[in-house]
Amino acid sequence: MKNTLDHAALAEEFNKDEDRVDWHDGALWWIRQKRDRAANQTPQWEELREAASAIKANVISNLHDYLIQFEENLKKNGVKVYWAADAEEHNQIVYSILKDKDIKQMVKSKSMLTEECHLNEYLEERGIEVINSDLGEYIQQIDNEPPSHIVLPCIHKRKEEIGELFHDHLGTEKGLSDPTLLTRVARKHLNNVFLTRRAALTGVNFAVAETGEYVVCTNEGNADMGAHLSDVQIASMGLEKIIPERKHLGVFLRLLARSAIGQPITIYSSHYKKPRPGQEMHLILVDKGRSDLLARPDFRDSLKCIKCGACMNTCPVYRKSGGLSYHNTISGPIGAILAPNLDMKQHADLPFASTLCGSCSNVCPVKIPIHDQLYKWRQEIVRLGYSANRKTFSMKAMALTLSSPEIYNTAGKTGRWLLNNAPFAINNKFNPWYKQRDMPDSSQQSFGEWYAKNGSKTK
Amino acid sequence: MKIGLFIPCYVNQLYPNAAIATLELLQKLGAEVVYPARQTCCGQPMANSGYEHLTQSCNDLFVENFSGFDYIVAPSASCVLHVKDHLHTHTNEKAATEIRGKIYELVEFLTDILKIEKLDAHFPHKVGIHQSCHGLRGLHLAQMSELVAPAFSKPRQLLKMVNGLELTEIERADECCGFGGLFCIAEEAVSVKMGKDRIADHTKNGAEYITSPDLSCLMHMEGILHRNKSNVKIIHIAEILNSSPIKA
Amino acid sequence: MAAVKKNQPPLTILPDISIFQVHEVDIVKKYSDVFTGIGGLLVSAGSLANVKDQIRLNFDQNKRIFTTIPSLSDVAELCDPQADPHSLFDVELAIVEARLAVAENGAVWVTEDVMGHRILPYIAQHLAVLVYEDRIVSTMHDAYSKIGSEDYGFGGFIGGPSKTADIEQALVLGAHGPLSMTVYLIN
Repeated sequence: MKNTLDHAALAEEFNKDEDRVDWHDGALWWIRQKRDRAANQTPQWEELREAASAIKANVISNLHDYLIQFEENLKKNGVKVYWAADAEEHNQIVYSILKDKDIKQMVKSKSMLTEECHLNEYLEERGIEVINSDLGEYIQQIDNEPPSHIVLPCIHKRKEEIGELFHDHLGTEKGLSDPTLLTRVARKHLNNVFLTRRAALTGVNFAVAETGEYVVCTNEGNADMGAHLSDVQIASMGLEKIIPERKHLGVFLRLLARSAIGQPITIYSSHYKKPRPGQEMHLILVDKGRSDLLARPDFRDSLKCIKCGACMNTCPVYRKSGGLSYHNTISGPIGAILAPNLDMKQHADLPFASTLCGSCSNVCPVKIPIHDQLYKWRQEIVRLGYSANRKTFSMKAMALTLSSPEIYNTAGKTGRWLLNNAPFAINNKFNPWYKQRDMPDSSQQSFGEWYAKNGSKTK
Repeated sequence: MKIGLFIPCYVNQLYPNAAIATLELLQKLGAEVVYPARQTCCGQPMANSGYEHLTQSCNDLFVENFSGFDYIVAPSASCVLHVKDHLHTHTNEKAATEIRGKIYELVEFLTDILKIEKLDAHFPHKVGIHQSCHGLRGLHLAQMSELVAPAFSKPRQLLKMVNGLELTEIERADECCGFGGLFCIAEEAVSVKMGKDRIADHTKNGAEYITSPDLSCLMHMEGILHRNKSNVKIIHIAEILNSSPIKA
Repeated sequence: MAAVKKNQPPLTILPDISIFQVHEVDIVKKYSDVFTGIGGLLVSAGSLANVKDQIRLNFDQNKRIFTTIPSLSDVAELCDPQADPHSLFDVELAIVEARLAVAENGAVWVTEDVMGHRILPYIAQHLAVLVYEDRIVSTMHDAYSKIGSEDYGFGGFIGGPSKTADIEQALVLGAHGPLSMTVYLIN
C-alpha cells in the first residue's frame, strides 16, 4: 500500500466533500461521547488507567523474561511457538504451516499486525485464499481498501456504498442499504466460510505470561466461529501484547471496550489455552520494530498500547481527515507515534498532522503521553534530516529574527506596513492562510511602540 | 509586587489592545508592571516544528529580559506553557528555572495568585468561552472533558464577575480550534474545517463574542469569521475583564 | 530476543490491583439492568422447571435444541462430546450453565467443560444461559479471583447476543454468533 501523497494532501482531498467530513466527524464524536459515559459510570476510572499504565510499564521493563515464561507455558499447553523478526518471516511461517497441511483457504479475524505485514497479499500470491471475517474488514477486503480505523474498519463508508459492494460481490439487490439486511447477508455468506475452512487465524488482544493463554476480543463472534471449527488455528501477536498474570486481565478487559466504543465489555472475550483434541494451535511472536522501539526512552511507552482506538475517536484532526489520510495501517494519534519508528522516510509527515491539543493522551486507557511523543518525534525527524530544506531555512531565519530585538521589531513593522499599504503582497494565492481566512487586521503600532510612548504614564 | 509583562510576538504586532488591557488590568489590581522592551518571542513556533535546537538564543534573550521579577505574566496560555515546559539555557539555567517557576498566564494569575473575588467590569454581551488546548490541557485552566474528575473553570470563574455578561454554552466543550501553530498553514484544509466547526458551535448557541486566554486561536477564528462576513467578534479575555465599569 | 533484553528499561514494580472493589447493594438487580441494557433477554425463572416451561414456550421444539445440562434433557438434546463440531451447524438453541456472571458488564463466564463443544455457544442461532444468582460477582476482578488458577483448555466471557455496528454505526444484533441471548436466573 505505497502512496506518494502525505497527510496534508490526502486530508485536503477528504475535505473536498464537506458533508462527508461532517458525517464522519459526527459518527466518531458520538463514539467518544459513549466512551465518556462509560468512563463516568465506572468507579475509580482514573485509578484504573493508572494501574493499566503501571502494569504495562512493568511489562516493558521485564519483557524478555515474560516472553520466555510465556513461551514455556505455551509449549506446556501444547501450542507450537514461532518467533518472527519481521513481516517477511511472519508471513513465511504462516505460509509454511498451511502448506504443510495442504491448506488452500483460510479465514481470518481481526489482526492489525497481519495487516501491517500484508499477510493476505503474501498468501494470495502463493495461491492461498484468505477471507476477513470481521464484517468491517470483509467490506474493506472486497473493496480492495485497507481499514481506516483499527476498531471500526469502514467507518468512512456510507451504507449506500456498502450496499453497492454487496450488490457487486454477493449478489444482493441493487439499492439495498439497510444495515440489518446487509448484515444478515454477510452472516449467511461467512457462516459458510467458517464451516468450510480448515484453517483460522486470529490476532491476540492480551497474552498472559503466567498461564500461556491468550485472549481474543470480538463483538461479532467471528474469531470463535473460525477457531473452533478449524483443524489448524494460528494466532499472530506483537511482542508487546504480553501481560504478566491472568488477574491483570481484569484491569484491561474493564478498560478496553469502554475506551473503544463505550461498552462495558466486548461481547466475546475468549481465552484460548490448549488445542481441542485433534486440532493444532500455533502462535507466532512478532518483533517488527518493537525491540527497536524498546530502546528509545522517549518513545517506548507507545508499546503500552492496547489498540482500543479511543485516541482516533477523540482526535479532531483524525475525525476531519479520515484514517486513510495517514497512509499507515495504524492511523490517528497512536499511528503517528508508531509509524516513524517503522519507516521514518515514509511517515515523517504524521507527527505534524496534529495540533498537539492533548485530547488523545487523556482518553488513552494506558496513559501514553501521545501528544508529548508527537512533539518529540518532530524534533527527531528534523534532527535526522527528514524535514524539507526550505523549512529548515525559514526556521533558521525565524530563530535569527526572534533572538534579536532589533531585527524582530523591524520585521514586525515591515509586516504591518505591508498589510496596511500593499496587502496584495500578502493576500494572494501563495499565502495558504489566505485561502479561506482573512489576514488579521493590522494596527498602526505595535504594543512595544505604544508602551514606548505611553508606558510611563500608566500606573 | 513587581511583574514582568510578557507580550507574545503576534499579540505585540497584531493585537496590541489585548496587551494594553492586560497591563491596565494588572495595574488596577495593584501591581507594579514592567514591560522589558527587548523581548521578542518564547520560541514556540520553532520548537513545535521540530526545531527546538534552534531556540537557544531566543531562550537566552528571554532569560535576559525576564530575570529578577516576582512574577512574569502573559496574556497567552500557549506561550506560557511553552516557557514552563521548555525554557532552558546553557548560559544561566538557574535563572531559567526560576522563571519557569514564576511565569503565569493572566487568568491563572488572577485566580491563583491575586485570588480576586470581584471585578469592576461591565460587558453586556453574550460571550462564548473558547478553552484553548494549551490553556486547558497544559495549564489546567479548567477541567478536561475526557477525565472523570470534578468540574472547574478559571476563565468562567472570572467572567462571572463581569456585570451584564451572559455566558453561552457549546456542545463540544474543549475541541481544538485547529490553529496548532504552523499546522494552520501546513494542514490548511483540516485547520480551517476545525475552525469553522468551532465557530459554528458558538454561533448556533447564540454567542456574540468568542473569548479565550489565547489570541492564536482567536486570530485563526477571526480570519474565518471575517472571510464569511460574520457579525460574531473575537475578543481576548483581558479586554473583557478590563472593560470599563458601568457609570453610576 | 537478545535485542529485547538489551533494550528494555530498568524494572518497575507492578501496582496493587486489590484496591479495585465495587460493592453492589443489589447485585442481582445490577446484573439484570446491565444485561438487558445491552440487548440481552433476562428471565427470572427461579427454578429449572420454570426454565423448561420457558424453553417450550419460546423456542421451536421442531428445531435442534442442544444442552450440556443433564436435567434439561427432556427439552433438549444432550450434546455428544464425540460429535464433529461441524455437525452443530443447524443448532437453533444452545443452553448452557454459567460458571459465574459479572454484574458490571452483564457477561457470563463459561469454560469448555460446560460447553460440551467449544463451538456450541457461538454457532447456535440463539443462546440461553442458566445463571445461579449466588454465582453473580460484582466486577471482573472478582471474576478472576473466583477463576483463580484453574487450568481450562478454553474459556470465554459472553456478554450478550453477537452484534456489529460496522455499517454506519447502526447497531445490528446478530453478527456471526447467536442472534439472541437469554439468561435464566435461578435461585
